[in-house]
Amino acid sequence: MAAAAPVIAAAPSRASTARRVLAVRVAIVLAVLAAWQALAMSGLLFRDVVPPLQAIGGALVALLGRADFYANLGVTAMEIGIAVVIGGLAGLAAGIALGANRFLSNAFEALLLYLGPTPKIVFFPVMLMWFGTGAGSKIAMGVVSCFFPVAISAAAGMREIDAVLIRVGRSFRATTWKMVTSIYLPAMRQPVVNGFRLGLGVAIIGTLLAETKLSNKGLGYLVIQAYATFDMPRMYALLIVLFVLSIGVNALIGRLGRGDRRAIA
Amino acid sequence: MSAAAAASATSASRLPAQLCGAASVLAVVAAVELLIRAGAINAFVIPLPSQVIAAIPRIVVEEHIPLRFWQTSKEVLWAALLLATVGIGLGVLLYRVRLLRLATETWVGALAAAPIVLLFPLFLVIFGRSATTIVMIGFCAGLAPVILKTVEGLAGTRPVLIDVGRSLKLTRRQQFWKILLPAALPTVFVGMRLGLVFAMINIVGVEYLINFGGLGQLVNDLAERYDLPGTYGAILFVVLTSIVFFDLTERLERWLRPHR
Repeated sequence: MAAAAPVIAAAPSRASTARRVLAVRVAIVLAVLAAWQALAMSGLLFRDVVPPLQAIGGALVALLGRADFYANLGVTAMEIGIAVVIGGLAGLAAGIALGANRFLSNAFEALLLYLGPTPKIVFFPVMLMWFGTGAGSKIAMGVVSCFFPVAISAAAGMREIDAVLIRVGRSFRATTWKMVTSIYLPAMRQPVVNGFRLGLGVAIIGTLLAETKLSNKGLGYLVIQAYATFDMPRMYALLIVLFVLSIGVNALIGRLGRGDRRAIA
Repeated sequence: MSAAAAASATSASRLPAQLCGAASVLAVVAAVELLIRAGAINAFVIPLPSQVIAAIPRIVVEEHIPLRFWQTSKEVLWAALLLATVGIGLGVLLYRVRLLRLATETWVGALAAAPIVLLFPLFLVIFGRSATTIVMIGFCAGLAPVILKTVEGLAGTRPVLIDVGRSLKLTRRQQFWKILLPAALPTVFVGMRLGLVFAMINIVGVEYLINFGGLGQLVNDLAERYDLPGTYGAILFVVLTSIVFFDLTERLERWLRPHR
C-alpha cells in the first residue's frame, strides 16, 4: 500500500504538467498567429511579403483543390521515391561491404565520411550534363544525397552486429545472400532505418532544390514559379505543404524505427 | 604497450589500406582520362581530369578564389556569430524555463528535420538577393542542433557540481557562469559544430542557387559559361574546402572533449 501512494500522487501531477504544456503550446501558436496578422496589417513590410492569415489559408485551400498541384506532387514523389530506392540500395550495399571488411573500411570509409556532409547541390551542373534537364538530373541529385547517410549508417550497423550471429551463419555455411538477408539486415535494422530516414530527408532537399534551379515540373518548380510571379500567399501555402510533408514522413519513419526497437526488445 | 604506442601501431596497420584506397581513386581518375582520350566517354560531358587539374590555377587567379573564399567565410562567420548568441541563448532559456522546454523541445527537433533551405525564395523576398539572405538561411539551418545540444549540455551537468555551487552560496548568475556553462561547454560545442556544418552546407548551396556570393556562385558562373574543366575544378575546390572545414571543427571538438 505504501509503495502505491507515490504512484497515485504522481499520476495527477503528470496530467497537470501535460495540461500546462498543452496550454503553453496553444499560447505560443496563438501569439505567433496574432503577431503575424498584426505585422500583415501594419504595413511595415512591403505589401504581400507577410500576407494576412486568411490570404494564406485561402491559397492553401485553393492549392489543395487544384489538379495540377497533385500532378506536380506526383512528379516530385516519383523522383524522390526512385532516388531513395537507387541511392538507398547502393548505400546499403556499400555500407555492408565496408562494415564487413576492415581493409575496405580503412581504404574507403574516410572518403564516405568526408564527402557525406559536403554541399551536394554544387554537383547539380554535373548532373545536368550527365542526365539532362528532365527528371533524370533531379533523381540523380536525390541519389547522391541519399547514398551517403545510408552507407555510413549501414557500415556502423554492420560493425555492431553480435559476432556470435555471424559465426552461427558461417557455421551453417550460409551463402553471402543468405548472410545478408537472414543475419546482417535483421540484426542492423535500427541503424538501417535511421540511415534511410536521414537519406530520405536529404533526398527530399536535394530533389526539391534541383527542381527550383532548373525544372518545369514538381513542387520545387511550383515554389520558384510562385516566387517569380510574386504570388506570396501561394508560396507560403506551398512551403507549408512541403514542411508538413517532410516533417511528417520523417516522423513516420522515426516511429517505424522505434517500433522496430520495441519489437527487438 | 603505452596508449601512444598502441595508437601508432593501429595507424601503421591502416597505412597499406589507406594507400590502396588512394591508389584506387588515382586509378579511376587515370581510367577516366584514358576512356575520354579513346573517345569512349564524351569529352563535352566529362572533361579530361588533366584539364581539370590544369584549370585550378587558372580559376584561382582569374575567378578571384581568395576573395570568393573570404566572402563565403564571412557569411559562415556571421552565421556562427548568430548561432552562438541566439542559439545558445535560446538553449539557456529552454533549460531555465522547464515548461517552455517541455512544450517546444519536440518542435525544435522537428525543425532539425525540416528542409529549411527551401525557404530561400521567401528569404529572397524579405532580404533581397544579398548576403543577408544567405547568412539567414545558414543561421536558420544550424539553429536546431545548437539549441538542443545547449539544453542537453546544461541538463547533463553533474549534480555534485551544482551542490558544490550551492554550498558555496553562489548566486544564480555565478552558478551559471562558473559551474553550468563550463560543464556544458563541450556538449555546447558539439551543437555549434553540427550547426556550423549545416550552416556551411546551406550557405554554399544558396550561393549556388541564387548566383550570389562566394564559392557557390563560382560553380554556377562557370557552369553557365559552359567552362567544363573550370566547373569541375570549382566543385573540387568546394569539396576540398568543405573537407578542411569539417576536419578543423572535428579536431577542435576532440580537443575540447579529450575523454571521448
